[in-house]
Order: sequence, then C-alpha cells, then structure tokens
Amino acid sequence: MKEQIAKIKESAICEIENAKTLQELNDVRVKYSGKKGELTAVLKGMKDLTAEERPVIGALVNEVRDALENKIKECEEVLKEQALNEKLEKEKIDITLPSVKIKRGSKHPINRVIEEIEDIFVSMGYDVVDGPELETDEYCFERLNLPKGHPARDMQDSFYVDPEHLLRTQTSAVQARVMMANEEKSPIRVICPGKTYRRDDDATHSHQFGQVEGLVIDKNISLADLKGTLEVFVRKMLGENSKLRFRPSYFPFTEPSYEVNVSCFKCGGKGCNICKQTGWIEILGSGMVHPNVLKMNGYDPDKYTGFAFGTGLDRLAMFKYGITDIRYLYTNDVRFLNQFDRKDVD
Amino acid sequence: MKLSKNFVKDYIDIDVDIKTLAEDMTRVGNEYDSAEKLINATKLIIGEVLECEDHPDSDHLHVCKVDIGSEVLDIVCGAPNVRKGLKVILAQVGAELPGDFKIKKGSIRGKESNGMICSIAELGLESKFLTEADKEGIHELPADAPVGGDPIAFIGMDDEIADFELTANRGDLLSILGMAYELGAIYDKPVKEIDLKHNEIEEDVNDSFKVEVETENCNLFLAKKALNVTIKESPAFIKNRLIASGIRPINNVVDISNYVMLEVGQPLHFYDADRLGDKILVRMAKKDEKLTTLDNIERTLDEEDIVITNGIEAIGLAGVMGGLSTEVEEDTKNIIIEAAVFDGVKIRCTSKRIVRSEASNRFEKGLDPNRTYMAIERACTLLEKYADAKIAKGIVVYDNADKEAKKVDVAFEDINNLLGIVVPDDETLNVFRKLGFEYKVNGRTITVTVPTRRMDISIKEDLIEEVGRIYGVDNIEGKLPVLSTRTGKYDKTTREIRNKMIGLGLNETMSYILVNDKDADKFTTDSFETIKLLDPLTEERNTLRYSMIPSLLKIYEYNLDRTNRDVSIFEIGKGFGKVKDEYIEEQKLCALMSGKYYEGIGNTKNVDFYMIKGVAEELLDFLGYSGRYSFVNDKQLPKEFHPGQTALISVNNDIVGIIGKLHPNTAKEDVFVMEINLEKLLSKKVGKMKYKEFSKFPSIKKDVAFIVDKNLESAIIEKQIKKSAGNLLTNIEVFDVYTGEHVEEGKKSIAYSLTFSDSKKTLTDDEVTAIFNKVIADADKTLGAILRN
Repeated sequence: MKEQIAKIKESAICEIENAKTLQELNDVRVKYSGKKGELTAVLKGMKDLTAEERPVIGALVNEVRDALENKIKECEEVLKEQALNEKLEKEKIDITLPSVKIKRGSKHPINRVIEEIEDIFVSMGYDVVDGPELETDEYCFERLNLPKGHPARDMQDSFYVDPEHLLRTQTSAVQARVMMANEEKSPIRVICPGKTYRRDDDATHSHQFGQVEGLVIDKNISLADLKGTLEVFVRKMLGENSKLRFRPSYFPFTEPSYEVNVSCFKCGGKGCNICKQTGWIEILGSGMVHPNVLKMNGYDPDKYTGFAFGTGLDRLAMFKYGITDIRYLYTNDVRFLNQFDRKDVD
Repeated sequence: MKLSKNFVKDYIDIDVDIKTLAEDMTRVGNEYDSAEKLINATKLIIGEVLECEDHPDSDHLHVCKVDIGSEVLDIVCGAPNVRKGLKVILAQVGAELPGDFKIKKGSIRGKESNGMICSIAELGLESKFLTEADKEGIHELPADAPVGGDPIAFIGMDDEIADFELTANRGDLLSILGMAYELGAIYDKPVKEIDLKHNEIEEDVNDSFKVEVETENCNLFLAKKALNVTIKESPAFIKNRLIASGIRPINNVVDISNYVMLEVGQPLHFYDADRLGDKILVRMAKKDEKLTTLDNIERTLDEEDIVITNGIEAIGLAGVMGGLSTEVEEDTKNIIIEAAVFDGVKIRCTSKRIVRSEASNRFEKGLDPNRTYMAIERACTLLEKYADAKIAKGIVVYDNADKEAKKVDVAFEDINNLLGIVVPDDETLNVFRKLGFEYKVNGRTITVTVPTRRMDISIKEDLIEEVGRIYGVDNIEGKLPVLSTRTGKYDKTTREIRNKMIGLGLNETMSYILVNDKDADKFTTDSFETIKLLDPLTEERNTLRYSMIPSLLKIYEYNLDRTNRDVSIFEIGKGFGKVKDEYIEEQKLCALMSGKYYEGIGNTKNVDFYMIKGVAEELLDFLGYSGRYSFVNDKQLPKEFHPGQTALISVNNDIVGIIGKLHPNTAKEDVFVMEINLEKLLSKKVGKMKYKEFSKFPSIKKDVAFIVDKNLESAIIEKQIKKSAGNLLTNIEVFDVYTGEHVEEGKKSIAYSLTFSDSKKTLTDDEVTAIFNKVIADADKTLGAILRN
C-alpha cells in the first residue's frame, strides 16, 4: 500500500511539473485529489486495512495530498505569471505613436508683461488700479495740465466720440482719477496698466496699444527716488545688467520731465539693428509730477511731491520675446499665440 | 529743426564736430535724429576740362582731359553741358558718393575713365534744392574756381547739419539764436550780438501806412517799409544755409524773410506794398469768407481763422500763408514787412486744416515779442545789404504784448529736495549764468530773471529742471524712496479667470476694440446705442464694440484665411455702449471655439455645443457659482446665433451671458462662442468654499431609462426626478440619449444614473427601491415618461 502511495506521488509530481496550462494543472488535481481521484481511491480502500495500518496509511495519504496541493499551488503561480506576461506581451503598443493632443492654452505676451510688471510693483507696495478706456477730455488732458489747444495734444492725435469724450491716449488719465478719488489726499503708490488709443496706424504703430503708468505721491519724493525705482523695475524686467540713461524731455504733466533709455538688451550697448546702432532703447517717459497737476487734483504742492512714469507694453513684450512686428500682437495668428504656452523662465 | 553749423557759428564760437554737438544737445534734452555733413562725399576736387571730344562709339558720351592741378586725368562724361574750359567738381578714383556709390578706375566703351565729373544731385542734394541748370547736367563752377581746390568749400556747402526733434515747450530753439544760447550753456560760451544796423531814409512809413487790429488773437503787429528792392538771386551763403535748413531758395527777398525766420525764430511776411495799399486790418475771418492763397488755391475761411485784410478784403491767412494778390513778384519794387504775434492755438487750428508750415509751427509754439522787434530790424539790415533796399524811417506798431522778463524765485533747498541730491550752491548759480539768466541771491533764495526768449519757464520747477539739465541728470544717483511698508493690491480674480481659461486649453488674444459699425450692435439683445468715432482712421474700425464677439470673430476669420482651422481663443476686455445718454464700459469675457479641441489617433474631439457649455460650467463652478446657475433658452436670442443651439447663462436668476453656436449666416463653419459680462457675474453672490461632511456609508447606484417626448428637455426630467426622490438622491447624471430603432418616432430614450446615500446610515435596498419606484411612477404621471425596459 505504501508503495502504491509512493508511486502515485511520484507520477503526480511528474504530471504537475509537466502541466503547461492552468487547465492541465487542474486536470492533474482532479486525477489525483478529485472525488474520483487516485488518492481518494486509496482512502476508499482503507476499509480493508487493519486497525493498526489505517491511521498510518491515512496520515500518509494526507501528507501526500498536502504535498501535491502545495506543488500544484507553486506551479499554478508560475503558470499564472506566465499567462499574465503573455497577455502583457500581446498588449504591447508602439509608444512612439503620437499622443492625444491635449489642448494647451496660452497667455498673450502683452498680458504676460503686465502680470510681470504688476508683480514687481505689488511687491514694492504699489496698488494696481484701473480706469475707463473711454475717458473724458478733462481726465485725459485738462487735469494733466494739457488745456485745449495745447500743442502737446498733437503728439497724441485722438479718437473722440463727442467733443468731451475720447478713447484715452495715455494711461496717465488714471493719475488724475486716483488723485481725485483719494478724499483724504493721502500718499499714493499705484500703477495702472491698460489699453490706450491714438490716431496712428502704420508698420511701427498700432492705433491700439498697451501702456502702464506709475504714480507715487508722498512727502519728500525726489528725482533720485524716481531714478532708483525705475532702475529696479527695468533691471527686473530686462535683466540685471541693464543700464539706464535719463534724458531731459517734456511732458506737460511732469516738471522736470525725463525720457529714459535702457542699454540695448540685445547688443548690450555696442549698437545693433534693434537699437538702430545707438546702443540705447527709448522705453519710458517719466518725471516729477507738475505742481499744477497736484493742485488741480487737490494735492498741496508745498506739502507733497511725486513722480510719474509711463511705458509702452507692446515694445516691452516685443523686446522680451523677440517679436519682430508689432502687428503680430494684434492679428492673433494661433501659430503666434501657441508660442506663449509655457511658464516664463525665472 | 535742422541746425546748420555754419549758420550757428555766426553767433557762437564752437569747434566740435556735429556728432559731438548733437550728442551734447541730446544730453540736455534736445534729441537728434541725424547729424551729418551737408555733402557726404569724399575725394572731390576742382578740375578744369582741358579737352572735350565726342566718344567715337557713343552718341552722347564725351572723352575729356581734366586738369586737377597735380595731374591731367582721362575722364568719360555723359553730361550734355560738359565742354572745354569748364571748371567742374571731379570725384577721383576712390571717392565715395552718397548712396554707397564708389568711384573706380574703369573703361567706358573702350575709353579709360579715371573718375567722374559730378552733378549736384550726385552729391546727395535733394532735387527740390537744385537749380534748373543743375537738374540738366554736371555742376558748372565759376571761372575763378581754383583748380585742385576743395569744391565743396568753394561753393560754401562745407556745412554740417544736425536734425533735432525738439520738445513742444522749446519754441525758442526753433531759431539759430535760440540754439546758440543752448550751446552757450553747454559749452560755457557767450552768444554774439546780432547785426541790426542799417540806414533809413527820410520817408516815414507811418505817414503812408496804418495798422489796425480788431482781434485779441493778435497782440503784436509791426510793419516797416523797404523801397526800391532789386529782386535777384540770393548770395551763396543765404542759399546754402536755407538748403541746409531744408528750405528751398527762391529769390533774395523771399529768401531773406525765411533766413530771418530761421535766424531769429520770428516768421515774417513781405507784401508788395504797391498792391497792398495803405492799410492792414487784422480781424477774425467771416464765415465762408474766401481767400486765394499764395499757392493759387481758393480757401474758404471760418470765424476761427485770423485774417489779414487791406480793410476791404482778405489778403492773407495770418501765420499760415500769404495771399496771392499781394505776393512779392519779380517786378516788385516796394515791400511792407510784417512781423507779428498771433495766438498759437488759433494758428494751430487753422494750419491743421489748411497747411502746416515752418511759420505756423513757430506761431503755435509761441513767440518772444522782443524777437519780433529784432526780426523786423534784421530783415531791413539784410534787405539793404542784399536787395539794395532803401529802408523807410519809423515802424508802424500795434503792441499789446507783455515784453517784461519774468522773475521767478527758487531756493537752493527746493532744487536739492526735488532733485534728491545736493548741488553745490555755486554750481547752481553757474547753471543760471551759463544759460544767460540774470539772478540775485537773497539768503537762500535765488531770484532769477528769465529772458523773454524762454517762454517755457514760469515756475520754480522749471528752473529746477534747468539746473538738472545743465548740471547733468547723470550726476544724480538713484535711490529707492523711503515709504511706509505695505502690500500692494491687484485684481486677482481677473488673473485667475485668465489662468482658468488657459488651463482649459484656450489661447488668449488681444483684439482691437474698434469694429465696423455694422457689427457693433450684434450678438446681443440688450438695448443700447453704439458709440461711433467722430473721426475714424478707417470705416473698418469706426465704432466701439459692445459685444466682444465681433473682435474675436475677426481673429477667427484671419486664422481661417491662413488655414488655421482649429481655433480656441478667449479674451478679457471691455465692451462699450450708450444707455440713457450715459456711456457704459463693462469688463467681459469672450471665448470662441471651432475645429478640433483635441486630437489623437482615433481620439479626436471636435468642438460642439456641449464643449463650450463645459467651458462655461468649469468657469462658473471655479468661480463658486455651482448650483446657482442654469442655461435657459426660453427668452429671445440674438439673431446671429443658431436658434436651436444657444442658451443664455442665468446666475441667481439674472442673465449674465450667452453660449451657443453661431448662425450659419454669421459663420459658415461650426463656430461656438461664449460671452459673459464679468461685472454682472462677479457682482452675484457666490458660495464660500467650505468643507462639507461627506457620507461615510456606502451609496447605491440605480439606472433608469425613460421614453419621453423628443423635445422634452433633460433639465425638466431631472428636476422632476429630484423632486420625487427627495434628499437621499445625492447625484443624478444623464448617461445616454437615444433615438432611432426601437424608439417610437417623435420620442427619445434618455437614461439616468441615480446615486442614493444617507449620511447617517447604510441605505437598504428596500428603501432605495421604494424611492426608485416613486420616481418612475411620478415621471409617468407628470411627464408621461414611460420606463424603458
């Protein structure tokens, strides 16, 4: 009997090891341990054994059955893994095929520049303010020391919609708004980015363009403060190595007034096509707030002084991203827009 | 303003090259555009044509031998006027002429040519400055021209020109004298006095001539008389200086009036005295009064124009252009010289309408009345010298002008405080001295007497600017202002909306707000008037947009023309309109989507209504409006939209925007848009972001499909289901809509997935089944919805 059991074990193990599939493995299990299996048959034949032999053989059969079960489990795992691997192998795809093109949006370069400028000035305690684009003559000109008939109005040929209302020619209009809105006549620190409009449209001018205006009013504000502030701004914006050059100029709402040039970011001042061989690029208008402007808008020029500056956003965006034609900013070709689809390099 | 270096050297001793001069001027605020020689050519020499034969192989070329002193050169020349004995300007081999034209040794049809005989045009002079003879051929030098000498110096064109773009406040620099003062301040040099000396005859102009002024727009009018003038060509120096300044020489008399204007800054006008009569009356023009100006054009005037009359009719448009009837002509003998000051604003308006000129430009910027007196005397000096004029004694004067020099006080501390540096006291005073300003110091206050030429200086800040300018703004060290520490504020919401839209895959655009008036009132059912420009640049952009859709549609069409068919764009901008006589200006968000939204092999998604609806929902949910908005189409829709694929966005029961497909009459392709009035939307109450406990107990999902009328909207069914189910129904989603086989004509099958859960306990199947059955029964009763098996 013992011999028979040993034989069964031997042949069962052999068959288990030879099983190629889970099905074959299961067949082996049925063949030996199933209800009609060989081992089961041995158990069934135990009734013919002596009382002494029965427990010994019973234990032996159980032992063999456990061993077979373990062996089956072991092989089963191997086969399962094989089957899975085969399945995965079949599922293999060509990873070089194109992806699903998930639409990626983009931020317009002018708004990129606006956000960057806002971040610089907000960190220095400036508020960002907004004003109407359809402005009154009063705020756009008169309250900025530009009475009707003033020759400097010619520099800003305007789109009027009636004799008293026009599309603002400059974000400076917001200066007067902020001063007038400040009822306590307390210190002011603001910037105002936005759209501006002039009757001018050619290869280098767009009738609609972006500007940002800055205004600081407080006690003891000086030209040196203006210079220092613009140095911080320009270096953050166009690179730490930028050099600034102030040139006396004329704006009716500031006195003294300065035009600010920045060393050419492309050639560093040697002269190139961007700076028209001068090494310098004109980017800002600035100056000390004219006492008439302070007075007209309710500030006492004997107590307060201030500075103001303004710059063109279109040009800044063009410089920053190397855009060659101002018209690209406004035609919005998606092949242009798609290029502004990622974070700026810090 | 073109500055001739030769001209200004009459008044100041300077010895710098023009580039340096221009840079130095720029540093003090007078920016230059260009700085170069009047004649930009090298290796020019005076030659004499010794021999001139016809070229054997040409019908127009000549073969010449030209003596240049050191040698005799063979030259082939094509000019018709080249001839033996002529003195010419010769460009030698190696010469560089304007236009990057290099002279090389060469051979023309077999004849050697070692240089080129030049015309004036070849030396770079604009054709308007050429004499008739010079237009025809090479320049003919006079017989006394020294062979081997410098021809440019010989003809007096060895000048250098700097062209300045002056600021609007510096009218004083529109004169050589003004430039001399500015250069004097830069180089610390005195300005020489102008020569006003001339003889005057016994006859007094006041005996035969009167001036009357009837308008406050002329506060100074002077007249003098020059008799027996000889009209002829001007001397070379006058012609050359006019050319250098960009003015075409005409004859000595006309040239002198221009010359004095350039020199002193005061425009003059010369009348033919015999045609003028005995009187000038200055008044405002009458409406529709006619005047034929010098250029032989009949002008129609209006009441805002200042006009010069002879007491009867208009004979000149003050400050802008003279009249034809009293023009100085070849046969003019006697001249009345006008030097006057007219109101700058009036001149500006008139000249803008008629023609801008050197004269009107100067009137606009303002004139120094003391210069008016100077100019009329200077004109007499030159007329006597170069037109053989006899000057009548006396001057006819109408003078209401303020000729007093202003006195302005400024303290040393004012200067230092505003500039933010300490300028040594003596440096400050030095600036005023260099500028030619007289001053008195009293304690810490300086009283500066500002010469009348500097009309731009009237308050202490103007003087501070002068100190900053001349002392040097580069000497001011920048610093950061000492200000209270605070954090700045900015509009975070707009930025977040922008970033959200970008995150949804849309490209941000920057469009024009000006559109065609035909489009300006479209895409909305709001009532408003469009706002039109009074003076548009083009008809395409003559009106302010109300809706932003026309702007974005233009961008879409632009892209479509360039076969960019997949366009998903958005913009945050303003819309404008007039409501009840008030201008309104509102912040809007507009999106336009067309073509593919995403694409991949077997995975392409085209934009459709539900896509733009998804964008709208994403944004509204993001802004905190979940549960507060709905899409409705039971109101009137703009006719530019597809009537069956458009919905208004309602937030808290108020319409804030629209989504939908554009009508095929508006856009040929499938174009979907969204427009939201951000000001309206953002004024609505939002739900605060706050954590809400979610159920810890399992939820049960049940699906149901109904057969309903085809036009029954899902929102109505959903509403009914929610009502029947009560608050144990926590979510409801449509997962299938079907029409076709097995569904009766005019009906549709719509399937919902319902989620039930209770935050307090585990729901039993029985509880859910009871609710579910109620939902089905109610749907049948209220909507006629039949359960689909």
